[in-house]
Amino acid sequence: MTPLDPNTRYTDTAAYGDDTDIGGARPDLDMPTGKLIRRRFMRHRLAVVSALFLAFLYLCIPFVELIAPYSANQRNADYLYAPPQALHFFHEGALVAPYVHPVTAKADLEKFQWTYTQDQTQRQTVRWFCKGEPYRFWGLFEARGHLICPPEGGTLYLLGADRLGRDVFSRLVYGMRISLTVGLIGITISLLIGVTLGGMAGYFGGWIDSTVQRMIEVIRSLPELPIWLALSAAVPPQWSPVAVFFMISVILGLLDWPGLARAVRSKLLSLREEEFVRAAELLGAKPARIIRTHLIPNFMSHIVVSASLSIPAMILGETALSFLGLGLRPPAVSWGVMLNDAQDLTVIEFYPWVASAMIPVMLVVLAFNFLGDGLRDAMDPYN
Amino acid sequence: MIRYLANRLMTMALTLAVVSALVFFIVNLPPGDFLSNQIAELQAQGESASIEKAEFLRKQYSLDQPQWKQYFIWLGAMPGPDGYSGLLQGDWGWSFEFDQPVSEVLEEALWLTVVVNLAAMLFIYVVSLPLGTIAAVRAGGITDYVVAIIGYIGLATPNFLLALILLYYGQQYLGIPIGGLVDPVYEGEPMSWAKFKSILAHLIVPTIVIGTAGTASMIRRLRANLLDELGKPYVATAKAKGVGPVKRVVKYPLRAALNPFIADIGNLLPSLVSGSVLVSVVLSLPTLGPALLAALRSQDHYLAGFILLFVSALTLVGMLISDILLAILDPRIRFGGRSR
Repeated sequence: MTPLDPNTRYTDTAAYGDDTDIGGARPDLDMPTGKLIRRRFMRHRLAVVSALFLAFLYLCIPFVELIAPYSANQRNADYLYAPPQALHFFHEGALVAPYVHPVTAKADLEKFQWTYTQDQTQRQTVRWFCKGEPYRFWGLFEARGHLICPPEGGTLYLLGADRLGRDVFSRLVYGMRISLTVGLIGITISLLIGVTLGGMAGYFGGWIDSTVQRMIEVIRSLPELPIWLALSAAVPPQWSPVAVFFMISVILGLLDWPGLARAVRSKLLSLREEEFVRAAELLGAKPARIIRTHLIPNFMSHIVVSASLSIPAMILGETALSFLGLGLRPPAVSWGVMLNDAQDLTVIEFYPWVASAMIPVMLVVLAFNFLGDGLRDAMDPYN
Repeated sequence: MIRYLANRLMTMALTLAVVSALVFFIVNLPPGDFLSNQIAELQAQGESASIEKAEFLRKQYSLDQPQWKQYFIWLGAMPGPDGYSGLLQGDWGWSFEFDQPVSEVLEEALWLTVVVNLAAMLFIYVVSLPLGTIAAVRAGGITDYVVAIIGYIGLATPNFLLALILLYYGQQYLGIPIGGLVDPVYEGEPMSWAKFKSILAHLIVPTIVIGTAGTASMIRRLRANLLDELGKPYVATAKAKGVGPVKRVVKYPLRAALNPFIADIGNLLPSLVSGSVLVSVVLSLPTLGPALLAALRSQDHYLAGFILLFVSALTLVGMLISDILLAILDPRIRFGGRSR
């Protein structure tokens, strides 16, 4: 046995390959974190389905004009409160091109209601990839293409029509644009304020910390909805719908940040004592850099999770504000604005389809919650 | 304990002061005020007599002063013109829309708001305590799933929709009265057994609607806490020593899990009060909600300001109560100052 030379380093002469067993009793935990997170997330079925569902909806947003058969505010006085028309795929047992039965309106002068009868004998084939109502695509050029159009000379009210004879389905599709983006803008604002203030409070401590803490306490003790109401009542009514929309999202974000700031602060307080922060400080890094490149990545997972759990609250907030008539106002279309039409009980009783915006609201809120739960479990793969 | 209480009350008073300034600022955000709008309208119609009255009111309630002065006068820290004394002296201001003092406009609404929120609170605790316990003890069982599903529905349905739906079906199938808090027959009558029963019947739907979301989150929290507690070795020891199934859960684990459950009143109350505002509008309950909405729409800023302040004070008092309860339950908080 040759003695080992103490001045040379021992190296293994065998070739190193990717397939070499890294060893250890926990091969599972030695995977890259990204891979672990993805695997953990994929196991959460409900979260994956929710993520796909939300991704689909958000992908649809740029193309709402294309998808909706009608435009959002197109009225048809002949079809006030028309009931939903079912899309039929089978005729006498055979698969045929999707069709609807034509609907005729008759005034019931005893009940002062419109009664609609479907002519079961006639079939009207729905048109696909067709030329319909003109619209300005992305505000850039005139276009007429639609994914689906009402049959020639007929109507296509998949979810019925509302008080003014507007197609509920088309309005749902258009409303998606505002209802889904309101949360995104709100959460951006909330993140900006929350991470900045929470980061400063946690990193610097001292009087900055106590000031931020007091601010958090004050804002947390405010009842959310009444303050939202008061703030949105202050939005001038003559503003354009787009400006109102941005203002409402800002308002929704303004009250949301304390929870996040608190979490960021407490996390930073503990992280600040870690050695890698000391090392960065000694190497001369500025506080902003330390917070940005060394600390924030360490609790990114927490930020992502709390964002995905805050968005549904904002979506519900917008719905509530618009429902009360203090949020977005017509002609803007959002799910809340649509529900504003379903305020009284007669509507719910006689024309329940007018309230159909509640279904997408519930689905989206649930999806965000499941997604948040899944992310929370996945982001902590070492647990 | 007394020092802790004094400390807590001080912070609450300070918070309330800041909140009042915030509220005043927010309420005055829209340009103009109720009276100047009214004066402009009256001038357009050429009615000079009413203009004089409006001008008089403007002076009386110091609306012609700069805003910071208005705030202090409203608060009562500064003497207003003609003996208007402000909140601290018990003068809540004038509601321009109803042409009455705010105290008279809100007389009924104040205590009804407190009653409705208390009822919702009771509902939440009465429902979530047993359900949360069962869900934790039989985790993965049928109760657990049913509770989870109800919880998710409560989480995802906007309050006001739930109100509309429950209102409709409650009336249709169960004969639960619609709208308001008391039968019109008893309106303005002194309290009697029949009136009390009528109020109770009217409270069913609002309580359930306002309480559902809170119940859902409470159940989830209690379940999580209790599950943590049940996994601890002392529970296994108790089981090994032959302690019965009920006592094994209730005696120690449940008590330990109750701590955060009570601390949560602080989080629960703001959302409860918020929710009740919206639900009252839908159910037309004569609470602060509809009054707030009307006041905000017409820029009746003393009324709106007072309601916002009252609602905030309600949440602060709720937090105070939860802190006191916690201090009683948990000596660490009582003696160690803040535990967070």
